[in-house]
Amino acid sequence: MATYRLRGLTVRHLAGSRAPALHALDLTIRAGEQLALIGPSGAGKTTLLSTLACAHRPAEGVLEIFGQDPWQLSQADRHHLRARLFLAPQAPPLPPRQRVVTAVLAARLAHWSLWQALSSLVRPRASDAEAAFTALSRFGLGDKLYARVDRLSGGERQRCGLARLLLSNAESLLVDEPISALDPALARHTLAALRQEAQQRNATLVCSLHQVDLAREQFGRLVGLRDGRIVFDAPSSAVTDAMIAELYANEKVQPASDTQHDTPAQIAVGACF
Amino acid sequence: MTGHPDPAWRGRLTWAVIFIALLYPLLAGSEFKPWLLFDAQSLRAAGMFLRDFLVPAHDPEFLAMVLRETWLTVAIATAGLTLALLVAIPATFVISERLSISRLGTGRVHPFAAAVRQALRWILMILRSVPELVWALLFVRIVGLGPTAGVLAIALSYSGMLAKVYAEILESSDAHATDVLLANGSGRLPALLYGALPDSSAELVSYTVYRWECAIRGSAVMGFVGAGGLGQRLDESTKMMAGGEVATMLIMFVLLVAGADLVSKILRRRLG
Repeated sequence: MATYRLRGLTVRHLAGSRAPALHALDLTIRAGEQLALIGPSGAGKTTLLSTLACAHRPAEGVLEIFGQDPWQLSQADRHHLRARLFLAPQAPPLPPRQRVVTAVLAARLAHWSLWQALSSLVRPRASDAEAAFTALSRFGLGDKLYARVDRLSGGERQRCGLARLLLSNAESLLVDEPISALDPALARHTLAALRQEAQQRNATLVCSLHQVDLAREQFGRLVGLRDGRIVFDAPSSAVTDAMIAELYANEKVQPASDTQHDTPAQIAVGACF
Repeated sequence: MTGHPDPAWRGRLTWAVIFIALLYPLLAGSEFKPWLLFDAQSLRAAGMFLRDFLVPAHDPEFLAMVLRETWLTVAIATAGLTLALLVAIPATFVISERLSISRLGTGRVHPFAAAVRQALRWILMILRSVPELVWALLFVRIVGLGPTAGVLAIALSYSGMLAKVYAEILESSDAHATDVLLANGSGRLPALLYGALPDSSAELVSYTVYRWECAIRGSAVMGFVGAGGLGQRLDESTKMMAGGEVATMLIMFVLLVAGADLVSKILRRRLG
């Protein structure tokens, strides 16, 4: 069964002019598939990821997640569906005054009872702390388990946000620019860890990236997005330099640069992007 | 100097004149006559009263009474605030729009949820718009003279204030963490505890301790209408023009407020 099936999906910004952010997208993503979303800033990558996470309601077209239209479900069922999806936004959503262990274990809130959530806030269970340590160690942050988030550097926070992803048992991982604050060597290692994790649990992985070279090297399937439209959707072996050049044509910023782009950190809850 | 006249000057001058013109009738209307303070008779009476202030009453029996009443005042304030918290914390949780799941993905809160929130907001507004002194007067009629009236009065008016300000503190913190937790399927209360509380806790505690300080002052004032505590004694001493006793009790108030300040500072540092 396909994890995602999109037919003619149009998504509008939630506030302001309600201008379309994505135009009539057709996209099918199989369970366990790994794909990278690439494209210039403002192409709609973050909006697409939010839509796939049920955090942004589409305006028209068909959206099926695990064979269901999430916006036809009751609010409670839709919220249960959200627990099967994991959205990791570009800006790590970690409160500065929280301890790393708590921030990472927050991944399990969707499955915990209120009592478990409360007691973990006072004292994390040994097995949970161990799991958090293992997840952090995958990204070289094991020694930061009991540190406070505001003691971490930008890159460490980003990896801490990904460690949270490892602790969720979601079946679909939606990752927005996971390596924007990392150096090239760490970026490659981090992407490999993400892909390995998705593969091990047979989860679908959709990852937006600005590092085109890494995307071509690490992912089997590339989806090029520009101005809210899919420009190409092809195996990475079939993506040519010319296609990449066209995707980023007239962009002042070089596609492979590590600079942060201008997608706001907030997800689509109350406002537009 | 005349080459670049300040374009804001005329506007500022006009507004200043308008304010003074509006303010003067208000002062006249409220019969504000500061010179009455300085007429010979007032000065003499005030002078006598104030001279007593220089030597605060300090006989052991009186001091023991003041300490007992101080303890009662603190107890009234604390019990009232605790009751208020029992109402305010769940109410905060309901009225905070930050925790809306129906808003997720649509940007619009479900009409039913919005109606419930608005209804509770109105109830809280009514609770806090009636001054605690008025609540105390009402409760003195119902439960009789004594601390119970003070406790209930504080509980009612403070629950409205606390819930409103708690919700505002939570809503002014960064929404990102809470939103992402909700988007990943977390429940409302866990999202609040894990997303918004870490960064708001110092401010919430500081506001709560400040309200406790206000409750101590409030319970003193309510003593004047018979709700017990230090205020009731202060009322008696003032009426008897016993400046020394009044001075001792005022010093006690300053110490209490200083104590509350210290508690707040320690808690904030620990949470910082």
